[in-house]
Amino acid sequence: MSQVPADLRYTKDHEWIRQEADGTATIGITDHAQAALGDVTFVDLPKVGKSFGAGDVFGTVESVKAASDLYCPVAGEIVATNAGLNDAPDLVNREPYAGAWMIRIKLKNPADFAQLLDANAYQATL
Amino acid sequence: MTEPLARTPLFDFHVAQGARLVPFAGWEMPVQYTGIIEEHIAVRKAAGLFDVSHMGEARVRGRDAAAFLDRIMTNEMSSIKPGSARYTIMCQPDGGCVDDLIVYRISESDFFICLNASNAKKDIAWMQSHIGTAQVEVIDECKAWAQLALQGPLAEKILSLHTELPLAEIKRFQFLVGTVAGASGCIVSRTGYTGSAGFEIYLPATQATAVAQKLIEVGKPLGLLPVGLGARDSLRLEAGYPLYGHEISETISPIQAGLGWTVKLNKGEFIGRAALQKQVEQGTASKVVHFVLNDRRIARQGTPVLSGDTVGGEVLSGTLSPILNKPIGSALVQSDAKAETLAVDIRGTRIPLQIAIAPFVK
Repeated sequence: MSQVPADLRYTKDHEWIRQEADGTATIGITDHAQAALGDVTFVDLPKVGKSFGAGDVFGTVESVKAASDLYCPVAGEIVATNAGLNDAPDLVNREPYAGAWMIRIKLKNPADFAQLLDANAYQATL
Repeated sequence: MTEPLARTPLFDFHVAQGARLVPFAGWEMPVQYTGIIEEHIAVRKAAGLFDVSHMGEARVRGRDAAAFLDRIMTNEMSSIKPGSARYTIMCQPDGGCVDDLIVYRISESDFFICLNASNAKKDIAWMQSHIGTAQVEVIDECKAWAQLALQGPLAEKILSLHTELPLAEIKRFQFLVGTVAGASGCIVSRTGYTGSAGFEIYLPATQATAVAQKLIEVGKPLGLLPVGLGARDSLRLEAGYPLYGHEISETISPIQAGLGWTVKLNKGEFIGRAALQKQVEQGTASKVVHFVLNDRRIARQGTPVLSGDTVGGEVLSGTLSPILNKPIGSALVQSDAKAETLAVDIRGTRIPLQIAIAPFVK
């Protein structure tokens, strides 16, 4: 069984989102997603300052098997990306909810957060 | 409606070993157990056990068997000694490939042939349609056989724990028939599709699970892992071996694929000979090359290859080499393209192809 931490929000495309105290949100992919991808070899992330709408492709995660798009769960502007994934893309497999966070975004509409799936609702999609 | 997927005799074994099963060539096959990279490295450093029972088998026997095979295969069949095997292509009249195969000579008039899973039915129909007046029969034995590949530097040691066969006496592309882990009538061949040392074992389908379990039990303490089709693909590409439908196909000939050594133009008439001779003499418009990327992105099958600014080919296979830790692959490019101008465009990033000579790993 894959882990679905109760304190995060989710999308049906298997991204997780954590609301931070400073009004930003941190985004990565779920344990279920990393297990389905297999060995992750590369994570292609956007530049800081770029803006995305909800549902836009913000990057790509590649495994030995396939390349998969990453979808931005909420509209906003990138304020940070995880440079550590350049050297250690396998963090996505080992620590999907911690070391392998991908982007931090400044939400355009903080209310969007409430639209996302909670842990129970995401678990039900698996 | 699509046909239900076929299962090999080892299906329950795969489930018990925690495999992730995927559709492949009409079969439900394990793509990985623990992880493609870990399984790949196990084969290079220790050993891996593959279920390749989806591969097809055919028997060609009769007084004219050798002459018949010489007429439909590109490589020379009549000079194979009993107890030896040879890699060959079976071509269409235009030089395109029907399939690539390994032909085992059991005796003067009895040959055993390993076929690609996706081509097995087509191959057997093709062979039967070319019998003509030859004194030969082509028998479909796909259901009777299972096939295990035990590959890696420790393969011989592991196999020796479960067979009395003198494995050290089997040279590359030779085989013996005998008992493995209690199953009699196994063909044990020093061949493989990984680039590492090892064996392929053809065994009665009914014995496959028992043999696989015994090999895993004795091998696990030595580092043996069950290996799925994911690592089978990265291993074969690292070794520079072609895969039907990628580096060779009905439209890519053995000459284009760099497999001219399997085409014996001087052995007499065979299907495709005239077309292949012309390709050798006049060259081909396109050819298969291997490449490395100095990047982390993998160029996958179908990715356009740019020659300067124009599309001049496409990627045939691509993966990450776990040993080089770089993306590797093969591509069909125009024969006159300048190597230094070749590049792939992956999601908007232009990455130059570094042309390489396979095998990528010695």
